[in-house]
Amino acid sequence: MNGWTYAVPAILGLAVVTFVTRNVFLWSEREPRIPEGLKRALQVAPLAAIVAVLAPEIVMTHGHVVDTWRDARLFGAVAGSAWYVLRPGMLGPLLAGMAVYLPLHLGLGW
Amino acid sequence: MTPRAVLRDAEVRRGARDMLAFGPALVAWAMVSGVAMTQALGPGLALLMSLTVFAGSAQLTALPLLASGAPMWVVWASAACVNLRFVIFSATWRVHIGHLPRTRRVALGYFLADLNLVVFQKAWRSAVREAGQVPYLVGGAATSWTIWQAGTCAGIFFSSMVPTTWGLGFAGTLSMLGIAYSLLDSRVAWLGAALSALAAVAAYALPLKLNILVAIAAAVGLGLLMQGGRRAARAA
Repeated sequence: MNGWTYAVPAILGLAVVTFVTRNVFLWSEREPRIPEGLKRALQVAPLAAIVAVLAPEIVMTHGHVVDTWRDARLFGAVAGSAWYVLRPGMLGPLLAGMAVYLPLHLGLGW
Repeated sequence: MTPRAVLRDAEVRRGARDMLAFGPALVAWAMVSGVAMTQALGPGLALLMSLTVFAGSAQLTALPLLASGAPMWVVWASAACVNLRFVIFSATWRVHIGHLPRTRRVALGYFLADLNLVVFQKAWRSAVREAGQVPYLVGGAATSWTIWQAGTCAGIFFSSMVPTTWGLGFAGTLSMLGIAYSLLDSRVAWLGAALSALAAVAAYALPLKLNILVAIAAAVGLGLLMQGGRRAARAA
């Protein structure tokens, strides 16, 4: 954490991002026309942003790709993924992943 | 309308009731966000984030970036990409609330997230403006906001009693994994996600967390190329 002088404005800026993105076509008084490029970017951009943050969170430690299989995150992610394949949803994969992650992390120190 | 009249309004109540049906899922999801935010930022900032940002996926995405002290514009740009769907939603909302004065429609617009659209479109199938839609939305938005904040607060409270060494923040990572899977609905999406993951890891050494923006740009570029190619093939 970098202190409140960094985090507070960063968070308030995120609130502005929420407000602006939810109101892009509500702000103007004229009828909106959705640009074709925006529709096409939407196919990939949100997913790409989430995955870009997510992937290093699972496979990297201190700036390097993990070089051991004894990492609780890997097993947690595999368990969550397997659950999603069998029963798609939000909560199931989360609980399955944590059920595998926590014992390995807390019990074995992985 | 007086507060009492609002609470008695049939459409306000129907909007609230329809949203309540999703209460359990919403609470669970909010609790996870509360836990993840607290592990990354501590309870005070987590509460501030929940009360002001009010966009679950963007919050989760921003957490690792905030925790590592990424430049604010990188944090904001990443969140804006995740929130891009709301831009499209706002065009849909305009049909139904565009007649309101600007101050009121953007105030209401701020509260309208994914679930609000899902619930609304189930209740009003015609896709045209009808009487009762605004109070319906107000009832639903007030309900979803309250449930979300209550769940977040519960998560913050619970999480602040657990040491960060337990690694409960991983719940946030797993939630993002679930969201990512739910968005993998086409070949373009699969390839874009794979490229984004590879690029984010390969470019990790870049300063200022720029690997995130490089990865998004690469994936969006690939997506536009592939869709452009398909269009050209169809035209030929």
